[in-house]
Amino acid sequence: MREYLDFEKPLAELEEKLDKLSAAATSRTGAQEDLTKLRARLHQLQTEIYAGLTPWQRTQVARHLQRPSTLDYIGRICDNFVELHGDRAFADDHAIVGGLARMNGRPIVVIGHQKGKTLKERMHRNFGMPNPEGYRKALRLMRLADKFRKPVVTFIDTPGAYPGIGAEERGQAEAIARNLMEMATLKTPIVSVVIGEGGSGGALAIGVADRLLMMQNSVYSVISPEGCAAILWNDAGKAPEAAEALKMTARDLQDLGILDEIIPEPMGGAHRDPMFACDAVKKSIEIHLTALQELPLETLLQQRYDKYRRIGVLAT
Amino acid sequence: MAWFKKDRPTGGDSGKKPKFQEGLWLKCNHCREIIYRKEVERNAKVCPKCEYHFPISVEDRIDLLLDLGTFREWDAELAAADPLHFKDTKRYRDRLLDAQQRTGKKDALITGEGRINGARVVLGVFHFGFMGGSMGSVVGEKVILAADRALRERVPLVLVITSGGARMQEGILSLMQMARTAAAIGRLAEACIPYIAILTDPTFGGVTASFAMLGDVILAEPKALIGFAGPRVIEQTIRQQLPQEFQRAEFLLEHGIIDLIVPRKRLKETLSSIIAFF
Repeated sequence: MREYLDFEKPLAELEEKLDKLSAAATSRTGAQEDLTKLRARLHQLQTEIYAGLTPWQRTQVARHLQRPSTLDYIGRICDNFVELHGDRAFADDHAIVGGLARMNGRPIVVIGHQKGKTLKERMHRNFGMPNPEGYRKALRLMRLADKFRKPVVTFIDTPGAYPGIGAEERGQAEAIARNLMEMATLKTPIVSVVIGEGGSGGALAIGVADRLLMMQNSVYSVISPEGCAAILWNDAGKAPEAAEALKMTARDLQDLGILDEIIPEPMGGAHRDPMFACDAVKKSIEIHLTALQELPLETLLQQRYDKYRRIGVLAT
Repeated sequence: MAWFKKDRPTGGDSGKKPKFQEGLWLKCNHCREIIYRKEVERNAKVCPKCEYHFPISVEDRIDLLLDLGTFREWDAELAAADPLHFKDTKRYRDRLLDAQQRTGKKDALITGEGRINGARVVLGVFHFGFMGGSMGSVVGEKVILAADRALRERVPLVLVITSGGARMQEGILSLMQMARTAAAIGRLAEACIPYIAILTDPTFGGVTASFAMLGDVILAEPKALIGFAGPRVIEQTIRQQLPQEFQRAEFLLEHGIIDLIVPRKRLKETLSSIIAFF
């Protein structure tokens, strides 16, 4: 079952027609011709819709229920994966997964937010919103990578860090802050890929990296458009306007000098052809890791520091 | 238009009630008692009834902490640009101008150097009145410049923090200030330069989740509200009422998140002995 977003309704109708027609295709002459025409129209319509996606529409694609998740990417791009659990102090947070993996034979430590697809999965994963122990698990794995000099790859896909009583009691802010500081000086290459939703500090807490990559239809922002609209417009319904104002698409981030690469997605979003998306991600990570692993450690760390040192715009 | 009427007893006795003259009396943010303004001011802006610490101005804070006349401000000219051309119900540009005119400051953080009982320190003080003390490119840059100087001159860094978090109007650039400032504090840590964070009411969001929580020593003022997510956001998410003293400094101390709560009147002396230790 395909899930359609609001602005994809015309596609839904066309695809339904197409499905019906291809089911009956053998029984009627001229059907093949109709099918070809219909496919061409579908392709054209899809191209038109996706060429003109607004930031708010893109946010919806980034949040699509069927969008490939961290575990989908790991499953496709890694030769093997041994998941490691827990922060060795409090709990195992299911909203962040991580472990030891090999990619084209190269050992890596891989970490990512995990949202889940079905309602049951999503509840189990707390909708991809980590608690402090999730960030502490991530940090533990990053320290492991540092110790054994293995590169770190992180996948970002979260609405944000979980805003709950327990999270505050256990130091949500401290957990995020610690990760930011330690990632800045981690003695091994880090590549981060925003695969879906980059939600504020909860995303950044595993996203301080030598290279930041974003999927074409992913978003990354200081606050969700709904949250921003509620505060600045006093009306959560103004989320489309907020999404526009926040400049949160991959293209926007590239213009602002924060992004290293935009990874292309298949027509209609990564969920339409997950294999295509995974292969593109794998290819990019490979290129960046190879380049980063050639750098002397001191150069790597200096370049990472300098990269962040430059971010920001002041009045002249 | 009966905004206040329902709380008043009917019968026309409002004339007998004491009138709170603007400026003479004020209501405590914490215990809601009506208190005499002069008494609060004599008491370092601390409520005489419940010891709540009212926000104080940057100038008063500097006077409170540093030896008289030793403060020298740095980077005072740094001001925000509007790289996103951000506009909600108002343009960011106008909000900035407004805040600058109202506060006489360029942005939400004042940095410089001075002495505490003779010992040199690099000091940064946040001004909540400037767009809620929010962190955009200027605040990020000033934290980094202050940390850089502390590192170069091997002098302790002290930040007095109050902030609503990242400044939304600078979008992703403000989020990235969290990473930049944390990286700068990381450099201080590697060079063994002490950094002391003093959290005051209120401190939230991306500021708490970056340099505020990275102090070698983290102090807080009594009853200051400190957290990552704001209470309203948490309430909306979990759909429960929050515990009474949730996110107060005392709550954080109880949960092992901060080192010590220090009343304002003892802050300089405490800070001085902490600095002397390093």
